[in-house]
Amino acid sequence: MNDEIRIFPLGDNALTVEFGNNISRELNSRAVSLSNYFFIDPFPGFVEAVPAYASTSIFFDTLVVRGAFPEHSTAFAAVEAMARSVLESAELSTANTSRLVEIPARFGGDYGPDLALLAERTGLTEDEVVELFTIRAYYVYMLGFLPGFSYMGEVDERIAAPRRDSPRTLVPRGSIGIAGRQTGIYSLDSPGGWQLIGRTDVSMFDPAADEPTYLRTGDDVRFVAI
Amino acid sequence: MGLLIQKSGMLSTIQDLGRYGYRQFGINPNGVMDPAAARLVNLLLGNDENAAVLEMHYPAAQIELRDDHFFAVGGADLGGMLDDKPIDNWRPHRASKGSILRFTSRVSGARAYLAIAGGLELNPWLGSTSTNLAAKVGGLEGRALRTGDIIRTNPPTKDIADRRVSHNLIPHYSRFPTVRVTVGAEYHLLSEAAKQTLVEHDFVISNNSNRMGFRLEGEAIELVEPTELVSSAVNFGTIQLIPGGQLIVLMADQQTTGGYPRIAHVISHDLPLLAQLSAGDRVAFHLVGQEESERIAAAYERELCLFRVGCNFNYR
Repeated sequence: MNDEIRIFPLGDNALTVEFGNNISRELNSRAVSLSNYFFIDPFPGFVEAVPAYASTSIFFDTLVVRGAFPEHSTAFAAVEAMARSVLESAELSTANTSRLVEIPARFGGDYGPDLALLAERTGLTEDEVVELFTIRAYYVYMLGFLPGFSYMGEVDERIAAPRRDSPRTLVPRGSIGIAGRQTGIYSLDSPGGWQLIGRTDVSMFDPAADEPTYLRTGDDVRFVAI
Repeated sequence: MGLLIQKSGMLSTIQDLGRYGYRQFGINPNGVMDPAAARLVNLLLGNDENAAVLEMHYPAAQIELRDDHFFAVGGADLGGMLDDKPIDNWRPHRASKGSILRFTSRVSGARAYLAIAGGLELNPWLGSTSTNLAAKVGGLEGRALRTGDIIRTNPPTKDIADRRVSHNLIPHYSRFPTVRVTVGAEYHLLSEAAKQTLVEHDFVISNNSNRMGFRLEGEAIELVEPTELVSSAVNFGTIQLIPGGQLIVLMADQQTTGGYPRIAHVISHDLPLLAQLSAGDRVAFHLVGQEESERIAAAYERELCLFRVGCNFNYR
C-alpha cells in the first residue's frame, strides 16, 4: 500500500508525503494520522505538519535537522527516512478522532444568493436542493484558503455546481458554498468563487479562542436548516 | 516609551519571522517578506532575531521617537533621515526624545525594516507578533499602521556598540536578480521548451503583486498535458503555474494550500532578493539541486552565527 506514496521536497525546508491524487476518506485519514504522529512525537527541527486532501506536508528547520541527523546527506533525506519509517511501522494509528458537528444554517435568499439559480439549473426546487444538501454529513478533508475555511465533501451529484465564472469580491463570513462536489464555510469576509447556498451564524474562526478554528480536519459536519 | 506614527505610509505593518504550527488550521505564517533584513537589524541591536519589526514600503511611515532609542534600518534603502540628517542602513543609530525618523526617496529595494533596541511591546497572537491582514489579528490590532498610532517599546536592555553588518551577510539586492530555485513536484510535467524558458528567459514582476504572491509576466510556460491536482500545502517561495501559462511566486502571506502545479521553489537564501522587487522589476531563475540549496542555507546560517556571537560579545 505504501508503494504509491510519493515524497518530494516542498522547497529547502519542507517536504510533502503524497498518498494519492484523489479525494478519499481513506487517503485523508492516513494524511491526518501522519500529521498527528509528528505533532505528538516531533523530531529535532520539526516545525509543523499540514494534512491536506491526500497528503501531509512536513515543515522543518533545515539546519537543526542536518545537525541532528548527519548520517543523511540532506535534511530532506533525513525527514523522508523518518516519514517512511513511521509509515512502515504499525505506529500510525488511524483511530477515529472525528466529532459529529451540527451547524444551524439558513438557506436561499440573501443568505444563499446562488441557490435559486442552482435549483433552476438542476430542475429541482430550492427546498429539494436544501433537502439533498442537509440529508448527509460532510467530512472535513482539510482546513485551508482562510483561517478555519473547511473543505468538506461530498455533496450529492445532483447538486454539484461549478465555481462561478467570476468570483465575488466579497463573500460574507459564514457563507456556505458549493464547488464541484465540495462544500465549505467561509470563515471570514473574503473574495470567493464558490456558489453560495446558505449561511450560518456559527463563527468558524475566533482568534481569541484557545482553538481558534471551529472545525478540525477529520470532523463530520451536518447542516441543520433553521 | 514608544513610537508615534505621524504618517502611516503605504502598508506599514508589524511583522516578525512568522507564526508556525497553525497552517493545519488554515492560518498562514505571515511574517517579514525579507527575513535576512529583519534578522540582521535585530541582531545589530542585541535583540532576539525574531523580535517584531516595522515593515515599510515607499512612501514609508514618518515616526516620532518619543524617548531615547537605539534603532536600525535594513532591507530597502528608502533615504532614511533622522531629524533631517541622512542615516545609513545596517548600523545602529541613536535617537533622542522627540526625534523624527522619515524616509525621503526610493533609492533601492521595496521593503525597509525598522528595529528598535529592546523591541516593541505587543501582544503576540499564537506565539507571534506578525500581522495577519486577512484575519485582522496580530501586530497592531491586526491591521496596517495608521497615522496617530502609538507603538509601545520595551526599554533597551544593552548598550549598543556602533558596528555595521558585514557585507557578506547583506543580500545582494538588485532590480534584476538571478534567483536560485529547486524543482517542484510538477516540474517533470513541463515540456522541454518550458523547462528552458524557465531558466533562459527573464520574468517581469506584475502590478498585480503583493505580500501574498508575485505574479510574473513572461513567455508562457506549458505542461506536456493538463493536470488536475487536489489541494495540498504550499510554501513561501513556491512557484505555481496558473492557467494561461503564467507563474506566481508565493510570498509571506501565501495561503496555506493550493492546487496549481508546483513547478519550482525559490531557495530560502534568495527569498530576500525577490522580496525587494517591485512591479516592473525583472527576475531570472537558476536551477540548483536540493543538496546545494541546503548547503547554501547552512553556509549563511554559519556566517550569521558568527555575527550573532560578535554582536553579543560587544554588549557584555
